[in-house]
Amino acid sequence: MLVQFSNMVIPLLILSVLLYGTYKKVPTYEAFVEGGKEGVAMAVSLLPFLLGMLVSITIFRASGALDAFVHLLEPVLAVFHIPPDIVPLALTRPISGTASLGVATDIIQNDGPDSFLGKLASTMQGSTDTTLYVLTVYFGAVQIKKMGDALKVGLLADLIGITASLIICYILFS
Amino acid sequence: MVNIIWAGLAAIGIIYALFNGTMEEVNEAVFSGAEEAVALTITLVSVLVFWLGVMQIAEEAGLLDKLAKLFRPLFTRLFPEVPPDHPAMGYILSNFSSNIFGLGHAATPFGIKAMQSLKKLNNNQSDASRSMITFLALNTSSVTLIPTTMIAIRMKYDSIAPTEIVGATIMATLVSTVGALLIDRFFYYRRQRSL
Repeated sequence: MLVQFSNMVIPLLILSVLLYGTYKKVPTYEAFVEGGKEGVAMAVSLLPFLLGMLVSITIFRASGALDAFVHLLEPVLAVFHIPPDIVPLALTRPISGTASLGVATDIIQNDGPDSFLGKLASTMQGSTDTTLYVLTVYFGAVQIKKMGDALKVGLLADLIGITASLIICYILFS
Repeated sequence: MVNIIWAGLAAIGIIYALFNGTMEEVNEAVFSGAEEAVALTITLVSVLVFWLGVMQIAEEAGLLDKLAKLFRPLFTRLFPEVPPDHPAMGYILSNFSSNIFGLGHAATPFGIKAMQSLKKLNNNQSDASRSMITFLALNTSSVTLIPTTMIAIRMKYDSIAPTEIVGATIMATLVSTVGALLIDRFFYYRRQRSL
């Protein structure tokens, strides 16, 4: 049921936008091209972030250090039924969106997008935003010096998001 | 923080390889990692161009404004210190609507605008006000309907059902948003008590 719903969401959304846009006399094709131009710039601006992080992670993994680290954590993780391979993603998610995107990609590439781990990584990456980025950009832009409880609230929210992804994926995909 | 993690991962990897005898693998990793990133960017271009194009149509047709109207009653409760007709409320709603569609680039300018008006409401003080913290909590837990980037990456690695994760993502995002707002309230009442 849920899988079918998931597959319907995007085509139906596109259909409604196109129909509604035409009904509202929006020059649909021209608007599409206009918006699409930004996509090129966005993807290209992500490249250095992705490249740097992917190289660093690939080195870490290829050297065998990742396996050693995860092996060290295994007893603790087993208690909570957390797959050890997801740990690097859970740790980077609140700190940097582009960095964690690199980590998530690495997991999907290695275990396959349709594996449990691949789905978990996709859900975890997709369902929360980067606290540190939001904090830096938004508070930086208006020069807020005292953040109050903002950082605590943000990081706790990330913890909830990560835990929720884990539980939901166990229920749906395992 | 990111800097330490980034440099640390590579440095630890290289030092570990020295002792583990995996230098050859590390050598290969430098180039394969970089190549992977370029290939990934090309996939991202295809999805982002399409999606941002569709969203531009939605915006010009006024769909984002419609969505903002829909959520207004809820948001006047979430931000009791912001007058419902204040421009800050409008920016908060636009930011939220853009986030729902995974339009991070559109959400950010609205978010900054919202923060600027919230600061004005707070007599231009340099401390974060209650509304600012709530707004931040809402943004870091980000309600996302379509995780565009993740779908693109799943497609790139030949997923048989790239959009299968949409349902799980929506559920997880709802839980984390509700959680974030509850935590925000909790900290607010704790601050009130300590005054």
